[in-house]
Amino acid sequence: MALASEIPAKMTLDGDRSHAANRLTFVLLIVLGIAMLGSLAIGASGASLWGALWDLATGGELALRDRVVLWEIRLPRTIMGAVVGAALAVSGATMQGLFRNPLADPGLIGVSAGAGLGAIVAIVLGGLLPIALQQALGYYVVPLAAFVGSWATTLILYRVSTRKGRTSVATMLLAGIALGALSGAVSGLLVYIADDTQLRTLTFWGMGSIAGATWSKLFAALPLMAATFVAAPFIAKGLNGLALGEAAASHIGIDVQRTKNVAILAVAASVGAAVAVSGGIGFVGLVVPHLLRLAVGPDHRYLLRNSALLGAALLLVADIISRMVIAPAELPIGIIMAVIGGPFFLWILLRRRGILDM
Amino acid sequence: MLNAQNITVRYGKHDILHNIDFHAQPGAVTAIVGPNGSGKTTLLKAITGEVAHGGTVTLNDMDIDAAKAWELAAIRAVLPQATPLAFPFTVSEVVQLGLSNGISAARVRLIVAALERVGLSGYGARYYQELSGGEQQRVQLARVLTQVWDPVVDGTARWLFLDEPVSALDIGHQLQVMQIARDFADAGGGVVAVMHDLNLTAMFADTVALISDGRVLAQDAPAEVLTNELLSEAYHCGVRVNTAPPSGTYLLPHVATQLAS
Repeated sequence: MALASEIPAKMTLDGDRSHAANRLTFVLLIVLGIAMLGSLAIGASGASLWGALWDLATGGELALRDRVVLWEIRLPRTIMGAVVGAALAVSGATMQGLFRNPLADPGLIGVSAGAGLGAIVAIVLGGLLPIALQQALGYYVVPLAAFVGSWATTLILYRVSTRKGRTSVATMLLAGIALGALSGAVSGLLVYIADDTQLRTLTFWGMGSIAGATWSKLFAALPLMAATFVAAPFIAKGLNGLALGEAAASHIGIDVQRTKNVAILAVAASVGAAVAVSGGIGFVGLVVPHLLRLAVGPDHRYLLRNSALLGAALLLVADIISRMVIAPAELPIGIIMAVIGGPFFLWILLRRRGILDM
Repeated sequence: MLNAQNITVRYGKHDILHNIDFHAQPGAVTAIVGPNGSGKTTLLKAITGEVAHGGTVTLNDMDIDAAKAWELAAIRAVLPQATPLAFPFTVSEVVQLGLSNGISAARVRLIVAALERVGLSGYGARYYQELSGGEQQRVQLARVLTQVWDPVVDGTARWLFLDEPVSALDIGHQLQVMQIARDFADAGGGVVAVMHDLNLTAMFADTVALISDGRVLAQDAPAEVLTNELLSEAYHCGVRVNTAPPSGTYLLPHVATQLAS
């Protein structure tokens, strides 16, 4: 057999989309930058980003209103939107790679439902906690409970579907559906016994919003949401290998079990924290990786990175729209995402029906 | 060399393999043959560490059950029977999966060469899922070849494990793929192939292990194993072994009358 060095040189490889994926990363960085500027510039109050920047640049004094609106409201909200969007999109892409199914989504395997149950328990039954504890946890009681919910769901899921150190993807998917249904049922029961005020809170939380973002809330959730970003470079090649199946992945040198462990833990942390701070924002984890696979292919080394950028930009755009539609009031961002994302996703499915649509 | 001793595999209450001993040498093509359900694919899965098994398997003196996935991947590649892919990878991207990260000039050359070797030049940009079963199988072979392109590295043989590599192929590509295995072995690498076609086995194998009901009936040179008596016993039907010019290859026509089993 000829040695590789004897083969005539050919520098371009047909069907290799890595260059296109890298170019797309560059484009998405610019898009995200524009979306972040837009998110800072647009809002209900008349505060002007450009005016404030001009004041800063010319050494002038920043108006108190501009400082509060830009620094205390719009900037944390912008960063929160970007991080939540990125976390949801990367979590979706990771789960889809892990389950080898383009429809797999944290929503599908019950992680989001578990987080939601945690949040609803906190909203409805939080008043039963000792007053001292309520005061100690204060603002964080709902986010913490949501995170505990997603964490617990993932642990149960993992325990159910793992035998002798090997995770059965089919069992995990089925168990996830069962756990999601269970979480939904218990959530429904809690909604049934909730009083009117709680119902209103539940409804708005469930529709999803990043309107309440503050620096303290952001810093509390950021480390957890960043889990998938940190994990992505370490699991990207493993997820590519898993596309061949677990056995073949192992044969090309992938530590399959470690890839699965890291992916599951990272997604649980990211989704738990994202659901906690933003409620039910759907479609990001489904639509973003799907679009990117259509554009530049399913290689996770580029897919995870591009998903983060596009997810962040998409959520920011949706958030900007949510501020503009009925200004000065705001629509929950989850509604915007569903209104944009649902028909868009259906359109993609209809347009490119067939095996390539995966 | 590959040394498997006392291999036992159970699925539930059923023993699939009973205390099998199996050996393969580098520089040779070792074929595993036997009827459906005899356990030949299970044996391949046991010696590649894919299924839990009793007994020990060493490859180049490395205990495969203790070795890390990347250690094994460096010395052997495994071609499964069929590989459905989850996502729309192009052919080039599938072949790349056998390589470590990054695209360099050397890797591009390797991928191009591997595709040419399996007769799929110009298929790089095609979607894997659009190909026929036989073409997919050859793409997977190209992937496996890139993983262990050089049959010998630093004086150590590398290995190809092939599970029915020609099952979906036409006669021309059957010969092409078997020749790739033959060349790999002739260059010093080891090849272990589960085979369905006894004629191809006779043509290309140096050693044949005949499996029946989870036991090794014989493991020896083709002339010793592919005999009327052993084949008739293993396959529960009448088999006559002939020789014919020009290559003296064995032909194994199946006699029409079933033996009473």
